[in-house]
Amino acid sequence: MIARVYVGLKPGVLDPQGRTIASSLNDLGFDEVQDATQGKVIELTLENGEPEAVEARVKQMCEKLLANTVIESYRIELDEAEE
Amino acid sequence: MQAAVIVFPASNCDRDAAVALESHTGKPPHMIWHKDTSIPDDVRLVVVPGGFSYGDYLRSGAIAANSPIIQDLKQKADNGLAVLGICNGFQVLTEAGMLPGALMRNANQKFVCRISRLRLANAQTRFTKDYDAKHEIDIPVAHHDGNYFADDETLRRLEGNGQIVFRYTDNPNGSRNDIAGIVNQAGNVLGMMPHPERAIDPLHGGTDGKKLFQSILGSL
Repeated sequence: MIARVYVGLKPGVLDPQGRTIASSLNDLGFDEVQDATQGKVIELTLENGEPEAVEARVKQMCEKLLANTVIESYRIELDEAEE
Repeated sequence: MQAAVIVFPASNCDRDAAVALESHTGKPPHMIWHKDTSIPDDVRLVVVPGGFSYGDYLRSGAIAANSPIIQDLKQKADNGLAVLGICNGFQVLTEAGMLPGALMRNANQKFVCRISRLRLANAQTRFTKDYDAKHEIDIPVAHHDGNYFADDETLRRLEGNGQIVFRYTDNPNGSRNDIAGIVNQAGNVLGMMPHPERAIDPLHGGTDGKKLFQSILGSL
């Protein structure tokens, strides 16, 4: 089973990298870009298990290590089809 | 007076910290490897040094904050052990939850390496009592992730309790409220981005860091 953890800065936390990406896209002529945020994706390969139990464990991993919840929020996606 | 320095893979200011400590205590500090599980009982001050522990993987300080020695440090700090986190050490202490807030990428995206002038926001702490509150001090900074962030409520609490110890006079990284260093509420744990251990010898170009070591070592 694969779990994908998306970690990004919380709304309201200044994201200088995202801001720089947006202004660089503007410089390239993509005037429609109003804002950008940058985060990371962490893909975990896990033993198969009950999705609810697996998600609860991944949530613990996020709280303990994968995200710094002072500045970051996270979202978990489970993909049971993938081995 | 026995001090100690914690050493992680890719710490690089551990020896500077050791020199600074030895020049004040007269004896070499214990160098404690991050895999060790306990800080010797004779230790009165622990320095968590600067560097790039674990290559800054995941987030600066995040992996180090979960190392075995930090678990023990946390417990002993709760019981009053004095702890000084410098630069990466400050990042480790926030990641470990021993100090509030977080250190983010510098607002201008650039690694900043220069002398920074600091204001003593609180010269009454155990780490700053030998400073003259009216004097500004020059301490080097060298970091990419020194942009201090805490939410409004936490900032209010820090300000109200006098937990902000140093402020930049010329904010180099975007830190909220110009914060360069803070203490925990009990006053025994200090984290700061500038490097006092790089300002203790005239050959460093300045000695404004000496009084920090004098203050804390004198209080023990």
